[in-house]
Amino acid sequence: MSQVAERPDSTRGPAPDGAPYDGLRLRAVTKTFGGFTAVDTLDLDVPRGSFFALLGPSGCGKTTTLRMVAGLETPTSGTITLAGQDITYAKPYRRPVNTVFQSYALFPHLDIYENVAFGLKRRKASDVDSQVRDMLELVELTSQVRKKPAQLSGGQQQRVALARALINHPEVLLLDEPLGALDLKLRRSMQIELKRIQTEVGLTFIHVTHDQEEAMTMADTVAVMNAGVIEQMGAPADLYENPRSTFVANFLGQSNLIPGAVTSRSADVVSVDMQGVGVSIPPARSHTDGDRGWVGIRPEKVLIGAPGEELDAPGNTIPGGVVTDVSFVGVSTQYLVRMPWGQELQVFQQNTGRHRLFHVGEQVELSWRPEYAFLLDISQDALAGAQKGDDE
Amino acid sequence: MTRRTGAVGYLLLLPTALWLILFFVVPFYSLLATSLYDPAGSDFRGYEMTYAWGNYVDVVQAYWQPMLRALWYGGLATVFCLVLGYVLAYTIAFKVGRWKNLMLVLVIAPFFTSFLLRTLSWKLILADDGIVVDTLQFLHLLGEDGRLLATPIAVVAGLTYNFLPFMVLPLFASIDKIDHRLIEASSDLYANPVVGFFKVTWPLSLPGVVSGTLLTFIPASGDFINAQLLGSPNQRMVGGVIQSLFTDANDYPAAAALSMILMVGIVAMVLVYVRRAGTEELL
Amino acid sequence: MIGRWIREHLVLMLGLVVLAYTFIPIAVVVLMSFNDPASRNVYRFDAFTLDNWTDPCAAEGMCAALGKSIEIGLLATLGATVLGTLAAFALVRYDFLGRSSTNLLIFLPMASPEIVMGSSLLALFVASGFAGQLGFWTILIAHVMFCLSFVVVTVRSRLAGFDDSLEQAAMDLYATPAQTFWRVTFPLVFPGILGAALLSFSLSFDDFIITNLNAGTTTTFPMYVWGAAQRGVPMQVNVVGTVMLVISMVIVVSGEVASRRRTAKLT
Repeated sequence: MSQVAERPDSTRGPAPDGAPYDGLRLRAVTKTFGGFTAVDTLDLDVPRGSFFALLGPSGCGKTTTLRMVAGLETPTSGTITLAGQDITYAKPYRRPVNTVFQSYALFPHLDIYENVAFGLKRRKASDVDSQVRDMLELVELTSQVRKKPAQLSGGQQQRVALARALINHPEVLLLDEPLGALDLKLRRSMQIELKRIQTEVGLTFIHVTHDQEEAMTMADTVAVMNAGVIEQMGAPADLYENPRSTFVANFLGQSNLIPGAVTSRSADVVSVDMQGVGVSIPPARSHTDGDRGWVGIRPEKVLIGAPGEELDAPGNTIPGGVVTDVSFVGVSTQYLVRMPWGQELQVFQQNTGRHRLFHVGEQVELSWRPEYAFLLDISQDALAGAQKGDDE
Repeated sequence: MTRRTGAVGYLLLLPTALWLILFFVVPFYSLLATSLYDPAGSDFRGYEMTYAWGNYVDVVQAYWQPMLRALWYGGLATVFCLVLGYVLAYTIAFKVGRWKNLMLVLVIAPFFTSFLLRTLSWKLILADDGIVVDTLQFLHLLGEDGRLLATPIAVVAGLTYNFLPFMVLPLFASIDKIDHRLIEASSDLYANPVVGFFKVTWPLSLPGVVSGTLLTFIPASGDFINAQLLGSPNQRMVGGVIQSLFTDANDYPAAAALSMILMVGIVAMVLVYVRRAGTEELL
Repeated sequence: MIGRWIREHLVLMLGLVVLAYTFIPIAVVVLMSFNDPASRNVYRFDAFTLDNWTDPCAAEGMCAALGKSIEIGLLATLGATVLGTLAAFALVRYDFLGRSSTNLLIFLPMASPEIVMGSSLLALFVASGFAGQLGFWTILIAHVMFCLSFVVVTVRSRLAGFDDSLEQAAMDLYATPAQTFWRVTFPLVFPGILGAALLSFSLSFDDFIITNLNAGTTTTFPMYVWGAAQRGVPMQVNVVGTVMLVISMVIVVSGEVASRRRTAKLT
């Protein structure tokens, strides 16, 4: 069951009031393959003209969802409507939706011009030539117009795939991990390009990716998907700063999750006994009603100091830490600190030059401002969403 | 990839399946029936079905020599084809770089000329006063009166030549798929090239070896053209017997019985193979 | 030094030797096409002449037989290619019951000895009462039969390597299934179909054993050569053989050159 419906900033738009929703709307969409449920009762509203990212690890169902919107898969149950029209069972060639495929899927036997013109010609559009030339100019490929796909570089092929889809001015443009095959620098510049084009052209973009940095950089709204359901959806900053599940806390950036017992709840503060130290959490950032919870704090929000030292931003202070690892990463220094209860916490300190560096074995105190901490359901897996190395 | 379901699949397959059933499978029933006709009939007066299983016994008694010879010559030719074919397939797969496709084409090209013409050419090349016989006599590998034609040597040589592509192509398909890096890895792990071949390349090419062997041995043992053109009546193979029983002696039941025996043997071999390897590898 | 070169290139040398070996009889065929035989019965090179080439149909009955072979070849190719291509699509793209049996059914004709296939077809025709009508049509039926398997295998392997995201992209870009097939699928599979057709034609043209048993009074080119082998081979058959060789080499090599040039333009 999608957890989304219970939350205040839910994925549902305003209650139906007669005028149909003018964006893309998925309701209770489910897709099963044999015994396996790839997408589980998904509810989603994508506002018209927004840049929307569907983010999640491999196998979470994001590509399946995309394909159902494109018409390349049919939902097992549920509905998909676009600007009020039900397109759940419409064939792909009858939907005003176009896709930029992960492998680009450029037609190898046609040149760039014919590839880009393909959709227009099938729809018997007039004025094909000038539209194609304009589009090629937009993606800066005018000089390659008569070449075949195999003659272009990866970045150029990607732009052809984009042009081929954009030229049809679809209601929704779907992008299936389109930047995966590009090297880092090219990927960065394409991210900026795509964002620019989307703003210029004003279409609704739905971008599927497993790269959380990419999603946060490009999208207005991000939905984090896990095992067929949407865990949380909202603006990138909201998701990052106030995650509602351990999966989101670990999948976007990194988090320290420390078990604790709730001692009291009031309108202004939730108090937690965290391994013998009293910490406070704002109620708006407490996402569990139970007696116990995970106290979450991002490594960059944790301040590290010598025992007893006055810190710039006093808040919850936890004494008794010992530094077990120091990594100098240029921009920051990353510490692993073993706490008295045995857990190692991560601390990222920006190398502003104002703080001293600590060494392995030193005794330290950790501290953070209460407004940065969050409280999560203790029954969730503290390692959910954590990425091990490069594979996810 | 995921396959679609539906009636369309059956419809597309139907014409081919029907044609093959009608003109490949059903004929074997006719063959079986024919083999059981009363041998006293003929194709003028018609045959009488008498369930003459005795035909099979008669036929084996009369023609066991050509039958064994067919297996023997076919087997020898297959072995030679394997050796020559493996060398050729290996060379093309590993040793010629970007000329691979051209070489493959060159291997197949000669076999677009008529089978009969090629075999006739061997008759010329292996003739008694030809260069090959002369050279062999000069090297004392062949006696003063020695010949190649009308001996098993010529027949096997002809069979080897003519069925070589049937061995090379499946072998190549299999060898080509072998990842070069595996051989590099074996070399890194102290295997010299010979050991590397036997421990890595050969085992990985076995599917091709098996299917190439099947595709060579079976038609080769049934062939009669090589034996007829390059051999003497002493080298007659069972295929030739069947042929002449049909066309010269008009003894249809006997011919059919022999054919059936040959076919049953082959189907048995293929089924053994299929049981071990499944049918997807066949095609 | 030289020892090392030999060791490194040994396999290559051996491979090239085997390749040369496959061309030996071909060289003889070409050579004999220029032969002016002293006697009909002795197959040996006697004197050089161009007469065989200038007057290829001087050999009685040869050109008629050649015509028959070409006619049958074209029709059999048409039939086998169409049917076989449809079947290949079914095998690659669709799920159906009896897949193993179908694979076996298609494999067996390729592996069976021709004498057995020929005998059983003859038995069928005789048992069905067509003994007196053996000829063009029975030959054609037989040829389509044994070419089918080769067409299926060839097209199937081309199709198996086909990227189906291309078809999805076409549909995403408003192409109906029919348009997708003709504008995307077919052009990309066509080289495989063409190759299968060529293979089919050469198998049909060259077939002797099955044809001979089921031909009645009709004569095809291989049957002509066989008969001539007993009576004395006219050198014009070597002309035909050489022409066949040249045509097939031209087709095949130019196909190779064309695809090389296409790849070269890409780099």
